[in-house]
Amino acid sequence: MSYWFRNDNRLPQGRLAIASYIIVGMIGLLILGFWKLQVIDSDRYSSMAERNRVRSIPIIAPRGRMLDRDGRVLVDNRPSFSVLLVRDDPTLVDKNLPAVAEGLGISLDDLKEQLTSTKNLAKFQPIIIKPEASEADIAFIESHRSDVPVLEMINVSRRRYLPGGFMSHAVGYVGEVSEQQIEASNGKLRPGDFAGKSGLERQYNELLMGTDGLRRVIVNSVGKEVGPLPTQEAIPGKQIQLSIDFDIQQVAEQSLGPRPGAVVVLDPRTGEVLAMSSHPAPDPNDFAVRISKEEWAQLNDDPLRPLFNRAIQAQLAPGSVFKIVTATAMLEDKVPPENFTAFCPGYATFYGRQFKCWVYGKSSHGVVDLHKAILESCDVFFYNVGMRLGIDRLSYYGSKLGIGHKTGIDLPSEEAGLMPSAEWVERVQHRKWYAGETISVSTGQGAVTTTPLQLARLIGGIAMGGVFKQPHLLKDAPNVGEERFELSEPTVEKITDAMYGVVNQGGTGASLKLAGIELSGKSGTAQVIGYAERARVGKQKRFEDNAWFVGYAPRRNPEIVVAVLVQESGKHGGEAAGPVVRDVIKAYYDKKVKKTEGQFTAESAKPSSGNARAAALITPRAPAIKEDETAVRAPAENRNEQ
Amino acid sequence: MKDAPGTRDYDWWLLAILAAICTLGVIEIYSATHGSALAGMHMKQVRWIVVGAILMFALSRVDYHIILDQAPILYLIGLVALVAVLLVGHTRFGAKRWIPVPVLGEFLQVSELVKLIIIIVLARFFAEVRTDELSLQDLIKAGLIVGLPLGLILKQPDLGTALVLVPMLVVGAFLAGLQWQHAAIFSLAGILLVGSVFYPPVSRHFLKPYQRDRITSFLHPEDDAKGSGYQLLQSKIAVGSGGFWGKGFDNGTQNQLGYIPVRYSDFIMSAWAEEQGFKGVLLALGLYMALLLRLVQNAQRAKDRAGMFLVMGVAAALGFHVLVNVAMVIGAMPVTGIPLPLMSYGGSATLFVFLAIGLVMNVRLRRFVN
Repeated sequence: MSYWFRNDNRLPQGRLAIASYIIVGMIGLLILGFWKLQVIDSDRYSSMAERNRVRSIPIIAPRGRMLDRDGRVLVDNRPSFSVLLVRDDPTLVDKNLPAVAEGLGISLDDLKEQLTSTKNLAKFQPIIIKPEASEADIAFIESHRSDVPVLEMINVSRRRYLPGGFMSHAVGYVGEVSEQQIEASNGKLRPGDFAGKSGLERQYNELLMGTDGLRRVIVNSVGKEVGPLPTQEAIPGKQIQLSIDFDIQQVAEQSLGPRPGAVVVLDPRTGEVLAMSSHPAPDPNDFAVRISKEEWAQLNDDPLRPLFNRAIQAQLAPGSVFKIVTATAMLEDKVPPENFTAFCPGYATFYGRQFKCWVYGKSSHGVVDLHKAILESCDVFFYNVGMRLGIDRLSYYGSKLGIGHKTGIDLPSEEAGLMPSAEWVERVQHRKWYAGETISVSTGQGAVTTTPLQLARLIGGIAMGGVFKQPHLLKDAPNVGEERFELSEPTVEKITDAMYGVVNQGGTGASLKLAGIELSGKSGTAQVIGYAERARVGKQKRFEDNAWFVGYAPRRNPEIVVAVLVQESGKHGGEAAGPVVRDVIKAYYDKKVKKTEGQFTAESAKPSSGNARAAALITPRAPAIKEDETAVRAPAENRNEQ
Repeated sequence: MKDAPGTRDYDWWLLAILAAICTLGVIEIYSATHGSALAGMHMKQVRWIVVGAILMFALSRVDYHIILDQAPILYLIGLVALVAVLLVGHTRFGAKRWIPVPVLGEFLQVSELVKLIIIIVLARFFAEVRTDELSLQDLIKAGLIVGLPLGLILKQPDLGTALVLVPMLVVGAFLAGLQWQHAAIFSLAGILLVGSVFYPPVSRHFLKPYQRDRITSFLHPEDDAKGSGYQLLQSKIAVGSGGFWGKGFDNGTQNQLGYIPVRYSDFIMSAWAEEQGFKGVLLALGLYMALLLRLVQNAQRAKDRAGMFLVMGVAAALGFHVLVNVAMVIGAMPVTGIPLPLMSYGGSATLFVFLAIGLVMNVRLRRFVN
């Protein structure tokens, strides 16, 4: 052995001491690091550990059903599965994405897009990547639980609507929530959730929706479930009972048939809507899951506007139905006096311009009084009355009777129609009112527009003596709004007698007569364009008249009022729309008779608990007329200036 | 040269500390693996500990002067082994580090053996330096002695193990009378090197992609929720959620559900801290501090400089392991793949520690012998 070490024992004790200080300092620093994590920041890391370990899978609360007034199911749910993508672990998601795409038949790009659009959401929330899982999808998920651990299934209930677009506008439909809805919901809604998009589904969404529950499971680092945790159960949505009568609704749908138009059936005593139909009607089952962009665009671009609820959104000239407003104004203000008569040679001339009566060229009405004028819908008579009343009075009565104001029905997107006035023309069109316009307005032409619902409310209210109930679709709704516009008894009598005569005394609705039923009403045929214009463009279908008929029964204090609009029918209101009214009213009485004879046996469900809560959601309608507008009820001597 | 140390002369305190640390390790390896496919790993670790203890006693019986005498040959063996592993080695986890050892039926990590050899070679080298102050030539020579195997280990690639060689050199040089101006120059160079590692435009030229990823994810863990940033974050969550008292043995969710990466090995401290809390951390780090201080004490009482260098080489290696591993667990250092001595599962690493302690015993047994 070489003696290279030579027993050298000069040990650097000082430097060795420094080494031990360094050791103590190093351990001290490490302990400080643990102190920070384990004592100071412990809570934060504890919650992160908890979030790691727990996966929450939503349990979708079923939406409440909708029942008709007899408890029959109008809107139901059906079970279905949705596929969820669990995104807690991005590595796992990335790795499995191609397998997921292949297994579920979704394109990889589509999946990636869905992931990008939801990247701002908390990672522990799974997203729905396929809303309607097929049998094959379910089998795929079940058999690949271990090798594709990012997929989950949830049981969801989907809406089942009556087929063929039955009552589809009033019911509305549900769809995936939009980003605006999510923002407005205060965290209650998440992407992929379904919420009411239109109609009653939207109006009573909060009630129908319920509260989703959560199934919580412990998962390991590769996303495999290893154990359960207490589950938060879903609270199902409330079911609501509607005032709709399935039988009457069915008759209304069938009787209107494929023609574009609308039917509104009201009980004027309560404001309950017994039926509401708008055609053409899309089938909401088609959008109960997910609708493609193309299909949606097609629905929106259809010239017949199938998504449009004509019953509350079509704002059209009411035509001769408006003569009831003119007649009411005449009788109430006695301008001209009630025994006023006019001679109708088939036309009249005002301000050097010829205004035609609807019988022009075929016959003439001769001498007409108010009763005959309503029965035969003589335009010339009402031209004269309108001339004498003036636009201010017409507009006052029209407005008081509800034209130009929303009825306050419990449906979204209702339109108000328009009751023109001198003031309106000045404000909107910046010009003076032309006296000739008053002549058009007095027969429901010109700028005046109404919705079918408004006309049902108007005619029903007049027949009730001036009591207008707020229309609503929810059965037994308390605090239903009511408006009173007291009409004198002789006025109501004369007008209702005349409307009775329209059907029963050889008027424009003579063909609608029903034995034993005091069916009354008024027809209307509104020109889409003027006579002169029509002569120019010829009889194209698009420019054909809108046929109206608003009927009710019995003659006074009616139980039922039906407003029917048939668009572009090419027929008069009595011919085209009248039969629908007759069918509906006949069905109503047939059922009533059966009921009193005990033959009607629809199961009668108890009103659901949801209705009481929902009632608070009906906002009573604001007074239609502002106080200062009563000033329009001008003294009679001013009328000559019109 | 007499060779008759009695059992009384063994450092029983040091052995007790070692036994305690090994116990913590086996407990936590059991807790981390018993419910998984790796169940039974703690028994394998016990086997390694027994083999290591036997080797330790065996090594302590051979006078360290004789071992130091063989330093040049050992150095050659080390280099040959490193080259061999690069040529025929067994690849695991993306690096060629293992060669089969027929006797044990296991693979041995060559670089662990090389660490031991470098401790011996450096002790021999510094003991032969006769001056009180370390000259620049000697310093550079020592640097070359370390640099050659370091380069070979980097080639495997195994940055962690390669880095362990550096503190051995630094501590040795420091005790051999490193001059302050040299220290200043070399620390400047070191800072530049570390700085360039953290500066991507430069590091691109000499770091592997996975190494650069580790650096980036250490600097910006939130940008890298998938790779090693995820590992560091999960480790921190485990440690932090353990709180002061811990979640209890077998109860750590991060541990049991597998959120902690390699929880039985490199990140065992994370699992321990989650289940045993801050109090358990104090115990474990207290034991490591006692171990290291006990090593320094043994160095102070060594019979000669050669023995002191040997002991302090071991202390440098173990201290560096503890520092880098534990700092990584609490997210204060990037992931380097350096195990925690005697707690982390691992055959080669456990054998290395025991053999190293065997050298320390060897020195202690001969402190009174002349």
